[in-house]
Amino acid sequence: MAHPSSDTHSAAPPHGFAFILRRALISAAIALVLFALMIGVRTEAGPTGVLIYWTRFGDLAALVGAVFVGSIIVELIRTFLGPVEIARRVPDGLRNGLSALRRFAVPALLVFAVLIPVIFYQQRYILDLSILVLTYVMLGWGLNIVVGLAGLLDLGYVAFYAVGAYSYALLSTTFGLSFWICLPLAGILAAFWGMMLGFPVLRLKGDYLAIVTLAFGEIIRIVLLNWQSLTGGPNGISGIPRPTAFGIPLTAGPDGLAARLGIPFSPTHRIVFLFYLILALALLTNWATIRLRRLPIGRAWEALREDEVACRALGINTVVTKLTAFALGAMFGGFAGAFFATRQGFISPESFSFQESALVLAIVVLGGMGSQLGVALAAVAMIGGFELFRGFDQYRMLVFGVAMVLLMIWRPRGLIGHRAPSVYLARRDAIAADLVKEGHG
Amino acid sequence: MDYFAQQLINGIALGSIYGLIAIGYTMVYGIVGMINFAHGDIFMIGGFIALISFLVLVSIGVTAVPVVLLLVLIVAMATTALYGWTVERIAYRPLRHSFRLAPMLSAIGMSFVLSNFSQVSQGARIKSIAPIITGGYTLFETGGFAVRLSNIQIFIVLTTVALLLAFSWLVGRTRLGRDMRACEQDQTMAALLGVDVDRTISMTFVIGAALASVAGLMYLLYYGVVDFFMGFVAGIKAFTAAVLGGIGSLPGAMLGGLAIGLIETFWAAYFSSEYKDVAAFSILIVVLIFLPTGLLGRPEVEKV
Repeated sequence: MAHPSSDTHSAAPPHGFAFILRRALISAAIALVLFALMIGVRTEAGPTGVLIYWTRFGDLAALVGAVFVGSIIVELIRTFLGPVEIARRVPDGLRNGLSALRRFAVPALLVFAVLIPVIFYQQRYILDLSILVLTYVMLGWGLNIVVGLAGLLDLGYVAFYAVGAYSYALLSTTFGLSFWICLPLAGILAAFWGMMLGFPVLRLKGDYLAIVTLAFGEIIRIVLLNWQSLTGGPNGISGIPRPTAFGIPLTAGPDGLAARLGIPFSPTHRIVFLFYLILALALLTNWATIRLRRLPIGRAWEALREDEVACRALGINTVVTKLTAFALGAMFGGFAGAFFATRQGFISPESFSFQESALVLAIVVLGGMGSQLGVALAAVAMIGGFELFRGFDQYRMLVFGVAMVLLMIWRPRGLIGHRAPSVYLARRDAIAADLVKEGHG
Repeated sequence: MDYFAQQLINGIALGSIYGLIAIGYTMVYGIVGMINFAHGDIFMIGGFIALISFLVLVSIGVTAVPVVLLLVLIVAMATTALYGWTVERIAYRPLRHSFRLAPMLSAIGMSFVLSNFSQVSQGARIKSIAPIITGGYTLFETGGFAVRLSNIQIFIVLTTVALLLAFSWLVGRTRLGRDMRACEQDQTMAALLGVDVDRTISMTFVIGAALASVAGLMYLLYYGVVDFFMGFVAGIKAFTAAVLGGIGSLPGAMLGGLAIGLIETFWAAYFSSEYKDVAAFSILIVVLIFLPTGLLGRPEVEKV
């Protein structure tokens, strides 16, 4: 025992079977207490309206057993792998390889996306799903401006989605305006609401900002739910006009698009049209973001994300910077909302709950906050994952919650992305930007 | 005037419930510096545990009201405290040194897990029970309008006061309370001086969850209903209360809870009950804009 201290530190304590068993037993005991009442006893209103209960000890035993076995497996994996800290930094070689791959991946994915209606023309389900995915890609890219670029945590993004959807629904059903006039109006109105939210929260940071944006989103939803005379309350607005191909309706009638082109009518035409519409809108969002990142305002967003105090010291107008981020993010949310309204033909406050905000935020975070490709792939993964659970609707949000927690534990910086500024010195700094603590913005 | 007095009583009872939840938020924020988003759902779980244990106790023949209440209180506090501990252990502790947004997002995920867990395990329908504590006093009566103070309201306020006294003793006079205050000021320094930071943070979550479970029990007794979704709105309101009182300040949390309870009750009584949540959320926004440190909070100095 010449170096007792180095002994105890270098060698991990031997995790014998007894140790693993003990930990598993503790976990199982905790699970037993946690689930004894919530799982072991099921309550429901009886036939007379009085609450009755029955026991489910079989389910309880199965669940506790699952925790016990699962805990043993986790401990075994830990013992075999050793107490390795997963390397958070990707090696340079791999990163270069990835960026080379990315150069080919983006055009390939784009071509694939354009060809989806051609390849899957007969599979209506895949087309619908792709439209849904693209809607979330667009929402993710819109929110990415606020969260990923400007670093302002927004938990009420769905409010702007709602503003866009209701703007189009109300303008088109009340004044009979066409989709192509309403689309920019919906964007402008949503941007206006973004400013309305942005102005009071200019001084707030981090968690406070998050909770205020959440409250804002809830206020919008509650107002939509209760303002019966305007929004129809919980019944929503139905009969929202379908989009036209720049004035030519996509119907079976004699002046429909199919008749004019001299091809037989098919309801899939509208789906395909909607697909290309949302693809164009999403790509517009992406293009605008990429362009804006190269402008002074985009640089200012990223600077704001890194360090607000330094930003102010360098003479960047943080008010303008924050407001433009909110307004632009909201505008794209509004476009997506207008699209959502025209696709569904029916909207109600139910579609704009906090869960939607959390889902879009999860997409942005999973995509690595700031990476455009990452957000797109994360949207595919998230919505695809949701679709896998289509049959088990009630477990869907449960699994989503678990996935969010696990994701934060394993890959808090997202699956692909790394937070790289657009501008950096040619010479590498001694301390790279991704090693220092994030500024509070 | 009578109407006003009645609403005042109702508001104080509701405010006590919010205050108890708010303490959990303010403690965790003070020590760990994160919004424990799942705290509202811990409150909901507390309500469910209270409901289930109440049903079971009654069906096995325990009917004396004080005994039932005491047993339900103990079971609910113990089980919910374990929920709080588990949530911290699984979802927050591994993220303690992660980047800023990670604990927040993990907490949102945990909130979904808890609310959907109770939806899956207990069903989506609202559960209601017959009132357990009945009766009350008519304080005064003018022009046919009686101002009533019900026994349940007395029970709520007395329990809250008792818990607050016990809690301030815990924070102010015990070893654990001293550790908690030390961790709040400087975790590294506290660890260097022999404070078990991990354990202290765990205990913070345990105490917060226990208080939230009492709030859940009181909500169940007061309104007679629980459902899996009640944690979300109650959580935001309690957080509003914590912010209004000055986050990190324990008397502030209680004060903020009372203020939110009163504002909500009066809003519902004099304006519209549909928009009472809007009133509470608007207050959150207004307070954060004009009074970011809350009523009793200390201003935070940003160091560069």
